[in-house]
Amino acid sequence: MLDDVLFVAFPYLAFITAVWVGVYRFRNDRFSYSSQSSQFLENRMLSWGSAPWHYAILTILMAHLVALVVPSIWASVISAPIRLYTLEVTGLSLALMATFALCVLVYRRLTTHRVRTVTTPADWLLFSLLLAQVVLGFWVSLFFRWGADWYLHTTVPWIGSLVKFQPDTATVTTLPWVVKFHILGGFAIIAVFPFTRLVHAVIWPITYLWRPHQVVIWNRKRTGTERKAPR
Amino acid sequence: MDIRAQVSMVFHLDKCIGCHTCSVACKNIWTDREGVEYQWWNNVETKPGTGYPTLWENQEEYKGGWEVEDDRLQLKLQSKIGTLGNIFYNRRLPTINDYYEPWTYDYEHLFNAPEGDDQPTARPVSLITGEFMEIESGPNWDDDLGGSPVYASNDPNVAPLTDEERAQLNEIQRVVFFYLPRICNHCINPGCVAACPAGAAYKRGEDGIVLVNQDKCRAWRMCISGCPYKKVYYNWSTGKSEKCVLCFPRLESGQAPACFHSCVGRIRYLGVLLYDADRIEEVASSPAADLVEAQRGIIQDPFDPDVIAAAKANGVPDGMLEAAKHSPVYKFVKEWELALPLHPDFRTVPMLYYVPPMLPVLAKMKDGKYDVAGAETEGLKPLLTSLEHARVPLRYMAELFSAGNEEVVTEVYRKLIAVRVYKRAETVGDLSQEEAQEALDVGNLTAEEAEAIFRLTALPSFEERFVVPPLAREVAIEQIGSPYDRKREGGFGSRTAPERRW
Ligand code: HEM
Ligand code: SF4
Repeated sequence: MLDDVLFVAFPYLAFITAVWVGVYRFRNDRFSYSSQSSQFLENRMLSWGSAPWHYAILTILMAHLVALVVPSIWASVISAPIRLYTLEVTGLSLALMATFALCVLVYRRLTTHRVRTVTTPADWLLFSLLLAQVVLGFWVSLFFRWGADWYLHTTVPWIGSLVKFQPDTATVTTLPWVVKFHILGGFAIIAVFPFTRLVHAVIWPITYLWRPHQVVIWNRKRTGTERKAPR
Repeated sequence: MDIRAQVSMVFHLDKCIGCHTCSVACKNIWTDREGVEYQWWNNVETKPGTGYPTLWENQEEYKGGWEVEDDRLQLKLQSKIGTLGNIFYNRRLPTINDYYEPWTYDYEHLFNAPEGDDQPTARPVSLITGEFMEIESGPNWDDDLGGSPVYASNDPNVAPLTDEERAQLNEIQRVVFFYLPRICNHCINPGCVAACPAGAAYKRGEDGIVLVNQDKCRAWRMCISGCPYKKVYYNWSTGKSEKCVLCFPRLESGQAPACFHSCVGRIRYLGVLLYDADRIEEVASSPAADLVEAQRGIIQDPFDPDVIAAAKANGVPDGMLEAAKHSPVYKFVKEWELALPLHPDFRTVPMLYYVPPMLPVLAKMKDGKYDVAGAETEGLKPLLTSLEHARVPLRYMAELFSAGNEEVVTEVYRKLIAVRVYKRAETVGDLSQEEAQEALDVGNLTAEEAEAIFRLTALPSFEERFVVPPLAREVAIEQIGSPYDRKREGGFGSRTAPERRW
């Protein structure tokens, strides 16, 4: 029963909340979609926190996603022990980096008065969840070796079953509690994502790469030669 | 030809008295809110000086504007891929300390202090943290501090001066400074727009006003670095960039922007320029010495039938073309070539032009009174020819207004001097007609031009200073949709309060 609540109902709910609220917020309060940069108020500690945190967490997330979406490719990657070792070591160091950087960010928010004044309760909720999550992740990678491998045979089939609407929790309910908490933590973050500043993660401005440098917006209809934008 | 219209500006620095009325008018209208207290969309700084934010002109540090590398015009800040890579932490971002920490005073304490032996004081309280603070700098902290070893000596523009010239700037009897009022230049090759990965910063096609869409801004904070003039500011409370909007709601209702309207010195002129957008990149990539000339070249003659035809083909309305013909900006910038762009070397092609200040150009302390060097023995000659002895070295002015090309500023000064000599001969009568003619010849002006320059400088009416074109935004709406639907559904723009909610 509890397993069904935690590993079937909760993930669905979290996902629906994320999409529903996220879309609602984007349509009705687009102004609030922002990274809420606080660099203007504090610069030095942020350099030790923000860049390493994002590089580490984005790489880690990417790894989780790739293994989830294309498990067969992932499986063939880790089939050679040397590649598995490399992945494990990389994962462990990235987890360490993310944990360290997030600690810097939390410490910065706690100790810098200027930054604290632009911190909302939602920020603290997010920071606690993220901190718990990366510490758990670090723990898992340290004490439950070869996650790059067993992840494929536990979480991946379970999430696959959820996607197919044929929930099968058998592969995750037997996992150690630390791992279970890490999984639940992930979905908790998905659930709170639309209520926090984390929405900035889904508006990565990739279109910048192909748009012309200059943006000129016309109110009237454009005619003739003027349609060309400079660069 | 891709002819576009641009609402442009001229500031006549000889007339600026440094009263900051403009800044206050702007502050009262636009930046009297939490998060923007420190922002002065219009500020008046003392030159030589370090400016606001401190040392904004130092692009080695801030990397604003453009540079030509491998024959290509690129942002000094970073490539597009670099933007996405550095988005998590922007190394070139100024912080609040580069402006100042805004504060108020604990006035209540004056009333509530318990009885004691000392007078209660109102201590300064930070408007960011609400804590008591020490004031270390504030708005116009270096006001009037020409000659100061802290501010004037560290002005980036004095770097190319000789030691002698630098010493001369600070010589106690000759200390000299002038005011430089600054607003957004509404550039035609804006660095802020180009640097914004979200596409929130944009230029309005019809009038060239540069704005930041508050609903699209995601606080990636690259525009602040991209603008070499540091005229995009970060609202630390809402997490959005904000900037001078050239009072577009006022312009749209036919009024001049607040800083223009309120200017006590009447230094400000506003009018339309027509320019050829096909040539923006070419102009912005010109060799440094040619930048001013190239920028003059992109501005088109509003009386030329070809230009008018091309503009019409582009949909530039008749009212705009009519305004362009009466534009005081066109006269100062193109016809008389008196007004120069500020730091054309930043290559954003700014559309705010400055008539450089004469100051007491050549006056020196002599026998207890200020005197033009050599004037006693040689009459007019030194005034016309020895700009080399100007109290602010020409090289300094060239750093500011012509990307280092001294010839360009010299020509401007010769003209300004010619107008003065001409008018002095006419009104005071202590100079001969021949001398006046000589001055005009040196300045390359006709008597009519000198008269016209004098009139628009000294006696312009309100309508001559501000030729606000009919922007007709509400009419333009008809072309993109039904005005009735728009009226019903459009509202007043943003319908959510500009504050942090989540
Ligand atoms: C996908 C692309 C992402 C981009 C472009 C991005 C960008 C940014 C930026 C610009 C900031 C503001 C930093 C500052 O204060 O100047 C920020 C803050 C933050 N981001 Fe991201 N981010 C991304 C993804 C993520 C993800 C996936 C997470 C977490 C799972 C995350 C968590 C955070 C947190 C917690 C902060 C607040 C840091 C602080 O101010 O203490 N971001 N991000
Ligand atoms: S109001 Fe006019 S005269 Fe006064 S400081 Fe501003 S620009 Fe100069």
